[in-house]
Amino acid sequence: MNVYAIRAIYRFEMARTFRTLMQSIAAPVLSTALYFVVFGAAIGGRMGKVDGVGYGSFIVPGLIMLSILTESVSNASFGIYLPKWSGTIFELLSAPVSYVEVLIGYVGAAATKSVMLGVLILATARLFVPYEVLHPLWMVAFLVLTAVTFSMLGFIIGLWAGSFEQLQVVPLMVLTPLTFLGGAFYSIGMLPPLWQKITLFNPVVYLISGFRWSFFGTADVNVVVSAGATLAFLALSVAVVAVIFRTGYKLKN
Amino acid sequence: MSNPVVQVTGLRKTYAGGLTALDSIDLDIERGEIFALLGPNGAGKTTLINIICGIVTASAGSVLAAGHDIVREFRAARREIGLVPQELHTDTFESVLATVTYSRGLFGRAPDERHCERILRELSLWERRDAKIMTLSGGMKRRVLIAKALAHEPSILFLDEPSAGVDVELRRDMWQQVRRLREGGVTIILTTHYIEEAEQMADRVGVIHKGRLIVVEEKTLLMRKLGKRQLTLHLQQPLTVIPAGLAEYPLELTDQGATLVFTFDAHTRETGIAPLLKRLGELGIEFRDLHSSESSLEDIFVGLVSERP
Repeated sequence: MNVYAIRAIYRFEMARTFRTLMQSIAAPVLSTALYFVVFGAAIGGRMGKVDGVGYGSFIVPGLIMLSILTESVSNASFGIYLPKWSGTIFELLSAPVSYVEVLIGYVGAAATKSVMLGVLILATARLFVPYEVLHPLWMVAFLVLTAVTFSMLGFIIGLWAGSFEQLQVVPLMVLTPLTFLGGAFYSIGMLPPLWQKITLFNPVVYLISGFRWSFFGTADVNVVVSAGATLAFLALSVAVVAVIFRTGYKLKN
Repeated sequence: MSNPVVQVTGLRKTYAGGLTALDSIDLDIERGEIFALLGPNGAGKTTLINIICGIVTASAGSVLAAGHDIVREFRAARREIGLVPQELHTDTFESVLATVTYSRGLFGRAPDERHCERILRELSLWERRDAKIMTLSGGMKRRVLIAKALAHEPSILFLDEPSAGVDVELRRDMWQQVRRLREGGVTIILTTHYIEEAEQMADRVGVIHKGRLIVVEEKTLLMRKLGKRQLTLHLQQPLTVIPAGLAEYPLELTDQGATLVFTFDAHTRETGIAPLLKRLGELGIEFRDLHSSESSLEDIFVGLVSERP
């Protein structure tokens, strides 16, 4: 294992994050805090409880997940796309590193940033709405697992993308709708029966449901199923990355 | 070849579009030598380098670097190799020191501030170590790429057109650095459009043309074998034809008959110059000036490439 390479990639990526602190951390925290102000403090008080939880508190896990998913994908995809775009990918390809080591470096850095962001949003939310975390260890586990899984997805998108536009397509056109329709703002039990079944095909439902369970002890989907679905998605992402590195798809001629 | 550090055997590369960039390349590069790979644009030089460095996958054949197969033992092989690419691909937003430190780690070396400092000082980059790369000139960026390639102390260094876009002073510094590296035991493989530099620097020369290695030879031997010397005589009176009395000499009339060019083998004891001059005197052909010249490596290179379809 080339530990020095993993450390070099990780530190390089984290340095980029801290160099762009406003864009990487401050902006997503601020935009999420606005949701808490509007839907929590302002409108939330006039809305009924959902699954026995005040609306302002109910949306906390969903909004954290929204930020985690978006930032994980964005950070990891940009991290690997940038050297492709600038041409510095030649160095990575000629270095004595395996795809596992490259993955650990890039995905590790992207996931670290997402977890940092999640914790910051969690702390910020406390300023506007009351909540408690019933299962803190599970909460951390879901947070980390989701950050890693979606950083992996972002890495794949970064490898696949041939332009900055393509880099934005999946996060904007796929992830954001899936998150909004995945129960970030509502319980899927509030949907008509048919839509309750259809929405189970949305993988984000399992993430938000499991994460929300760690806060309030209630979930749309069994927590074991949520954890299993997330792990399955992670395994699928690892397999796709392995194939990309072995075949050199979009990397080597 | 007694101690090859790079062994290329039957290497072939055909791209997905059907273009064969390399065709059955066999090449041994000796440890500690400076090897110049020459060829016209698109000849396959960069493809060959990129395969050895692991950036491009070969269609067939094998490469050993420092005794390690570049595919099966890619870690050991790549640790020995440093690459300065042709294009100025740099981490624009990073500082000089950060990007060099990154390269060292990426190639599996423990952090060594003193080594990084030494390289940056040798390349006159130490004063700019905290500068963002985007603020550097093209020549300085080229130096950064060299520093990155040397950060992990490779024993084989590939320089792909390192002089491109570099001013004269910088180029001179760069070649001094190359000589120092060679003295330190590093094997240098370079491609360059400045063939006179290859003539000055290289121990051996390889000429690649349309994906095939057409010549690999020691530079001095190549110049002796394929080079020629010429004696040029500027005549007092132009000639319309070469007189029959000079038929035994390989002569050519140029400059509308005003110049007589004699091509001879400079490496034999009898060049034929003295008998020719005597014969010209006997025939009453006078000349006002004469000078001799020798083929440059560039002349030989152009000759080799142009005579092949």
